[in-house]
Amino acid sequence: MSGMNLTLKVWRQNGPSDEGRMVTYKVEDVSPDMSFLEMLDVLNERLILAGDDPVAFDHDCREGICGMCGMVINGVAHGEQRATTTCQLHMRHFKDGDEITIEPWRAAPFPVVKDLVVDRAAFDRIIQAGGFISVPAGSAPDAHSVPVKKEDADAAFDAATCIGCGACVAACPNGSASLFTAAKITHLGLLPQGQPERDSRAKAMVEQMDLEGFGGCTNTGECTAVCPKGIPLDTIARMNADYLKASK
Amino acid sequence: MSDQTHHYKVGEPIRDTKAPEGPIEDRWDKRRFSAKLVNPANKRKINVIVVGTGLAGGSAAATLGELGYQVKSFCYQDTPRRAHSIAAQGGINAAKNYRGDGDSVYRLFYDTVKGGDFRARESNVYRLAQVSVNIIDQAVAQGVPFAREYGGLLDTRSFGGAQVSRTFYARGQTGQQLLLGAYSALERQIAAGTVEMHTRHEMLDLVISDGRARGVIVRDMVTGEIETHLADAVVLATGGYGNVFFLSTNAKGCNTTAIWRAHQRGAMFANPCYTQIHPTCIPVSGDYQSKLTLMSESLRNDGRVWVPLAKGDARKPADIPEDERDYYLERIYPAFGNLVPRDIASRAAKNVCDEGRGVGPGGLGVYLDFADAIARLGRDAVEKKYGNLFEMYERITGENPYETPMRIYPAVHYTMGGLWVDYDLQSTIPGLFVVGEANFSDHGANRLGASALMQGLADGYFVLPTTVGDYLANVKSFGDVDPAEVEQAREAVQQKIDKLLSVNGTRTADSYHRELGKIMWDYCGMERTEESLRKALERIPELREEFWNNVKVPGDPEGLNQALERAGRVADFFDLAELMCIDALHRTESCGGHFRAESQDADGEALRDDDNFAYVAAWEWGQDGPTLHKEVLDYEYVKMTQRSYK
Ligand SMILES: Cc1cc2nc3c(=O)[nH]c(=O)nc-3n(C[C@H](O)[C@H](O)[C@H](O)COP(=O)(O)OP(=O)(O)OC[C@H]3O[C@@H](n4cnc5c(N)ncnc54)[C@H](O)[C@@H]3O)c2cc1C
Ligand code: SF4
Ligand code: FES
Repeated sequence: MSGMNLTLKVWRQNGPSDEGRMVTYKVEDVSPDMSFLEMLDVLNERLILAGDDPVAFDHDCREGICGMCGMVINGVAHGEQRATTTCQLHMRHFKDGDEITIEPWRAAPFPVVKDLVVDRAAFDRIIQAGGFISVPAGSAPDAHSVPVKKEDADAAFDAATCIGCGACVAACPNGSASLFTAAKITHLGLLPQGQPERDSRAKAMVEQMDLEGFGGCTNTGECTAVCPKGIPLDTIARMNADYLKASK
Repeated sequence: MSDQTHHYKVGEPIRDTKAPEGPIEDRWDKRRFSAKLVNPANKRKINVIVVGTGLAGGSAAATLGELGYQVKSFCYQDTPRRAHSIAAQGGINAAKNYRGDGDSVYRLFYDTVKGGDFRARESNVYRLAQVSVNIIDQAVAQGVPFAREYGGLLDTRSFGGAQVSRTFYARGQTGQQLLLGAYSALERQIAAGTVEMHTRHEMLDLVISDGRARGVIVRDMVTGEIETHLADAVVLATGGYGNVFFLSTNAKGCNTTAIWRAHQRGAMFANPCYTQIHPTCIPVSGDYQSKLTLMSESLRNDGRVWVPLAKGDARKPADIPEDERDYYLERIYPAFGNLVPRDIASRAAKNVCDEGRGVGPGGLGVYLDFADAIARLGRDAVEKKYGNLFEMYERITGENPYETPMRIYPAVHYTMGGLWVDYDLQSTIPGLFVVGEANFSDHGANRLGASALMQGLADGYFVLPTTVGDYLANVKSFGDVDPAEVEQAREAVQQKIDKLLSVNGTRTADSYHRELGKIMWDYCGMERTEESLRKALERIPELREEFWNNVKVPGDPEGLNQALERAGRVADFFDLAELMCIDALHRTESCGGHFRAESQDADGEALRDDDNFAYVAAWEWGQDGPTLHKEVLDYEYVKMTQRSYK
């Protein structure tokens, strides 16, 4: 089986103040079993040997859990394959002769560091505002002192699987971080341990989200469509309800 | 004493590990009571550096912050939440005995010492088992959504051959949920101003002044600036070094740089050769392969492992009739069958592939077949149990495991070795503490499943905060850091970067890393022999020499330069690889994850040599080769026995 020949149009930007541009590369003999990032590795090895600057991109675990990778592929955050991070996307979903455009997350609160690498520190600051339960080490009661209904625990878990990748922001026409923020508010708000700080948490996190310059939510649903963990849209309704209650 | 043929010298033994005397169950209490306390008002003036934000480092930094110290935390990712702990799937052990199935602190202690093949310290392991129960309490209070039963109480599963059900889990994402718990505690302290976070910063050297660890030299990976950060104590929580093999289940950025530099500055490195190879990973599909993905061990509960009886049988699995298949685990280990421990399953797979009976590309794979399970339980039941794993397998390989058997192969997964630490988790450099996978402390020669998460959090939430406090309280005055020492460390870092960028050769750092990894896998992997290790010890220095004269690292020292980051890590892997092979060569016994072909019983099973090797091998770095210091292991509570799974 011989490999595919592809044309890549990759966003190159040498730092935040550079204007940036699309650059075209050919990659040959791409195996369908390669991951998307392995295909870029091959390109980069070639660029290095040719004395060119390799394409910078973020990645670490390469198994869809750390949330570090992320590119807009053919206009879709993490590519067209549903519920899949960029690192878990494999080349068998492309065909010989395809042209693929690759761009970074684009959102004002996520400035480009270089090429496909963006700065997502705004997400950490949203968590700092209240995405926790205040319980210093050593002060916890026995784990069985408060039973949690299985349905609540399962629903909290589903919301807690957010990997903080930022695809939701990149996909949203308003550049909103609502899905990310709502996922955390939902996770903690569904558990009995999360109740004492529930109102203050929702208020502080939503306000921080606005402060960072993320847009508002107009219910387009683009976020949940690209979310590799399938965080559902109704978490946002929950966040809004908690926020309203807290702001009264 | 010097031994040329063994590449090392032998130095003084290590006699004192600082573990308190007396009954084992009282030792940690004793230590806590004897630990001096720092006056709360003084804590604000004391600075602690924590490098790494995984379970160990994240929990340590958060807890030290809560206690009132001024903490600086570092990680190489863009946010602390991405540390490799995030990838742990299976679960975390704790001796809660919520099931009433006979578990206890003592049993967890016993299982861990035995599982470690009698190469771990009893005192440390006992403390780990004691503290395990507090970890679950802490995590639940933080909002970690562990699996629960309909009654609302926590669910557990059994894991890794334990006879009790003591593994707490959050679906297949236990590491993620525990790390997000530690991360939220850390972010809370960042907001409170007790922790200052430095993301995208890589530690490249350690600053020592007056014999004490006093700071780190880091590179800001975005600007390229070399920075100095000083403190009163330094904690390394930088994870494992499995990536020395290039291909492993670790994240791409996992490295040895931080602990290796500390080693070169005087911290001893213990048991570097103890490596855990996990039997059920997705095999390599081509030369471009960048990492390996673990498939949960639980699959072996229902999957049957086999290869064709005949060499080079290229038929499709479905076309190979029953009587031409070799269910080799069931054949060799009738009592345990497909459920033999990790190291045994891994080695057996290697053996059949070495015989030319492996399947898939390159013949490096064996089948894990669910046909019988599907026939017996029905497809729905199999899907319920393993649906997400089957999906992951199909995503990566493009093959449907409901219809054709999975292909699996062993892969490097965890490193039991690491920097030597005493009972207080302090290295041989005063003021340098090491926690999590980066230290060697609790797993001996083999780690049990679901025990790494437990150890990381035990170290970070509960042990370290006490012992660091004692260290800080005992040092009367730290004095100023010697500027000459800082200068010297900075210069060493700068020189290495300049050198890497100036070679301008003809091969990439990754291509050298791949080749080094292959040497390690072939000669210091699942099975080691004197001959293979000597070969590796010839090849590694040759390849390192070539690397330093022919590597091509593009770009500038300034700004984001991922190729430079990688090259720096590869350079350190070369040195570590050499020490691993020396350690493996010197330990002529087999134990746990270290299998020396020369040391096996009549059935081909690992044979320990307790008379000669019941010690921790702690290596001191030296310009002209390492020096071995032995810490003899005494077993007062658990009787040493030989493992058998037949
Ligand atoms: C796929 C997989 C599954 C696993 N499943 C389980 C399981 O089910 N149960 C279990 O108990 N164990 C499991 N393990 C093992 C366990 O996950 C790890 O041993 C453990 O999480 C390590 O935690 P840590 O805090 O020591 O290090 P890590 O989580 O690896 O964190 C290392 C930190 O150090 C930082 N760092 C590293 N080098 C530098 C440097 N030079 N400068 C600055 N920062 C640096 C990184 O940024 C990171 O923050 C699994 C491991 C893998 C690979
Ligand atoms: S909500 Fe989904 S898309 Fe957004 S950060 Fe979390 S995982 Fe990524
Ligand atoms: S690299 Fe970790 S999620 Fe893609």
